[in-house]
Amino acid sequence: MAAVKFTLNGKPQSVDAVPTMPLLWVLRDTLGMTGTKFGCGMSLCGACTVHIDGQPVRSCVTPISAVAGRKITTIEGLSPDRSHPIQAAWIEEDVPQCGYCQSGQIMTAAALLAKTSNPTDADIDEAMRNNICRCGTYDDIRRALHRAAEIQRAGGAR
Amino acid sequence: MSALTLDRRNFLRSGAGAIGGLLIGCYLPERRKLLADTPAAANKLSAWILVGNDDTVTFFIHKAEMGQGTVTSLSMLLAEELECDWSKIRTEFPGVDPAYGPFQGVVGSQSIRSSYISLRQAGASARVMLIAAAAQKWGVQPSACRAEKSTVVNTATNARLTYGNLAEAAAKLPVPGNVPLKDPAQFEIVGKPRKRLDTPGKVDGSTRFGIDVRLPNMLYAVVERCPVFGGTVASFDDTKTKTTPGVKHAVKISNGVAVIADSTWAAMEGRRKLTVQWDEGAVAAHSTPDITKSFADAAAAGAPPLRHVGDAAGALASSAKKLDAVYQTPYLAHAPMEPLNCTAWVRPDGAEVWVSTQMQTLARQIAAQKSGLAPEKVQVHTEYMGGGFGRRGGVDYIGEAVEVAKSVDVPVKVTWSREDDMRHDNYRPASYCRFSGGLDAEGWPVAWTASIACPAFAGANTSTEGVRDNPYAIANFAVDYHDVNPGVPVSYWRSVGYSQNCFFAESFLDEMAHAGGKDPLEVRRKFLAKNPRLLAALELAAEKAEWGKPLPAGHGRGVSVVNNVGSNTVQIAEVSVAKGKVKVHRVVCAVDCGAVVNPAGVAQQMASGIAFGLSALKSGVTIRNGRVEQGNFNQYDVVRMDEMPKVEVHIVPSQAAPGGIGEASTPGAAPAVCNAIFAATGKRIRQLPIRAEDLA
Repeated sequence: MAAVKFTLNGKPQSVDAVPTMPLLWVLRDTLGMTGTKFGCGMSLCGACTVHIDGQPVRSCVTPISAVAGRKITTIEGLSPDRSHPIQAAWIEEDVPQCGYCQSGQIMTAAALLAKTSNPTDADIDEAMRNNICRCGTYDDIRRALHRAAEIQRAGGAR
Repeated sequence: MSALTLDRRNFLRSGAGAIGGLLIGCYLPERRKLLADTPAAANKLSAWILVGNDDTVTFFIHKAEMGQGTVTSLSMLLAEELECDWSKIRTEFPGVDPAYGPFQGVVGSQSIRSSYISLRQAGASARVMLIAAAAQKWGVQPSACRAEKSTVVNTATNARLTYGNLAEAAAKLPVPGNVPLKDPAQFEIVGKPRKRLDTPGKVDGSTRFGIDVRLPNMLYAVVERCPVFGGTVASFDDTKTKTTPGVKHAVKISNGVAVIADSTWAAMEGRRKLTVQWDEGAVAAHSTPDITKSFADAAAAGAPPLRHVGDAAGALASSAKKLDAVYQTPYLAHAPMEPLNCTAWVRPDGAEVWVSTQMQTLARQIAAQKSGLAPEKVQVHTEYMGGGFGRRGGVDYIGEAVEVAKSVDVPVKVTWSREDDMRHDNYRPASYCRFSGGLDAEGWPVAWTASIACPAFAGANTSTEGVRDNPYAIANFAVDYHDVNPGVPVSYWRSVGYSQNCFFAESFLDEMAHAGGKDPLEVRRKFLAKNPRLLAALELAAEKAEWGKPLPAGHGRGVSVVNNVGSNTVQIAEVSVAKGKVKVHRVVCAVDCGAVVNPAGVAQQMASGIAFGLSALKSGVTIRNGRVEQGNFNQYDVVRMDEMPKVEVHIVPSQAAPGGIGEASTPGAAPAVCNAIFAATGKRIRQLPIRAEDLA
């Protein structure tokens, strides 16, 4: 056990954990932040996606020791009030069904939008194809991502 | 004291203290959260409706939510007749209670069908009580009042009282029976697209799924189960497990060894270091090739028909042209995104489970059975499900968690890894179907026989639905069935027997059409002539998909027709095939599901069912020495963003009784696509998943 210090949703955080413990389980079980989901444990489904220094990362295969000193954003920290353009568009387009994969979809989509302000369908396919949704909300995600780009361009939401 | 033993109408009447009564068994963090959301005083007008003095309306949704939109659609039924302000609605899942009938659960796309009248009645009764309370206050006849947007209006004076002001008095009135319901032509909410009530919490991570439950002093567990179905623990060595940081206990339970720790990860690490010797049992002798052979042998053996029309054998023998085909589908896992889990706390005087389940009533039964407590001593907390698809219709994982929880005196959350989930599912049965078809001299189908072999879990009719009850008026038809059970656990999978049998039937009908030189749509039109609802859906889909309009080279269209869960669904898929890969460009879907509650929900569910059905083209579960060979999404792939076709849903207007929608579109996806593959390439897909060699 060793203390690992990092920034979590803008605030300093320190946890004592086995260095190999994945960030996912530190977030969920140690810190009680359950918005980040467990889906596969092997970086195959995207449900556990968080941002580390702005990049989308699979927290299920990221040992806690690897995040020392880094800035982590989870779904809980994306915005204080669901005002991030992705969240606003997700609400507008009523994307989620069961909703379990959506934290990961939203974090992946937010990273895409940060990098590519007007993503094409091909950009969306490439960025989003490793986020699995068993309810099949893909069409709605695509529509909402285009909408989020509009909201962002218009300076709306956040 | 338990909420269950209190009179439903009285226990909340006195406000905040009584709300505390409702929350017995909820521990502090959760309790604080609920109280923060709950009005300081509130009155229960029926098992479904609580009105706060702040005008909030709480609907107790006695079903469960797995994405199918039940929370929203059932709220629409209640709100329509209650005349309440939609923005004031909040929802909760109540416990298991006879007030909601003998069975609480979500199966068979039944929620709306079973609630369409009863929830409107609940809303109407509460509205009448609120109006009566207002009439009393004003000293007028109830007929001089009307309700709108959570207020009662005195039509003579235009005075207004809000529901929050009236609820206390209303709750003292008897619940009226036989309140007339609105004429559907007057509906303001039902039948109009409505956004989901559960969306906001699903975009900020705050919705609590079963796997997110956290309780004071809670421990975390995983279970090592025998890799062979039905195997048991012979012996185990937990020496290294117990030295793993965070591990508290290793306990033998009836189906394996549970490792209990202070985090899910610690439990998983401890399990990795466990050594278990198994008694593997009889299923270890089975592998997919011998299972398939046992199906083929059974289907060839002949049996009395389960259903027959005319003289199929005679008509086949005298037909002008005859064709035979064999179709096969594999076992399929459900693979909901939320792996199975259940939190259980067993005390000497009672037990509680917190679980994302489709089956609240059965959850309570299994928890009672495994804990040795009476069902009334067991409280079920229904949590949002991260997908169900039939898997959470099983309660094996709930009974297992209760067994684990019995070994400690604190709550325990048992979490399944993805591999646990995929290797210990109750699968869609693998199935095998032999068809023969006979055409008359003009090329029209005149005889059709089917022999189906697969393991049964709910009787022969369920195993053959989709073939046995196909909607086509073909003069001579016979189907027989052979129950072959190799011991792999099987159960309900979204759309059940229809999911594979409609692939068989709709594909073979296509074969007959092509063999007779007929347009597949024309053949369906002819044999559906006496089925006006399916025929209308067929015509609508054909029109919207522009059936017959030339397509780009290499593209093809395919059609499927399905009547299941009380609904009528026609799909027309457009595909192209290049370099051994199928691309599904578009699926046009026409559905007549009777009266619609939420058209937006119907559209969502049709697309969802299609995505689920298309995943069956990609993957299957195979067995080797009694073990499932796949473990995670790298071996059991599902439809992804870049593979999702554009789905266009067209609803046939109808005032017929509501049909189901959660399972309506799953069966037709595979045959529409495979028929389109044939149209594009001349290759007939008779076995799923599609293999590269089938397209070569």
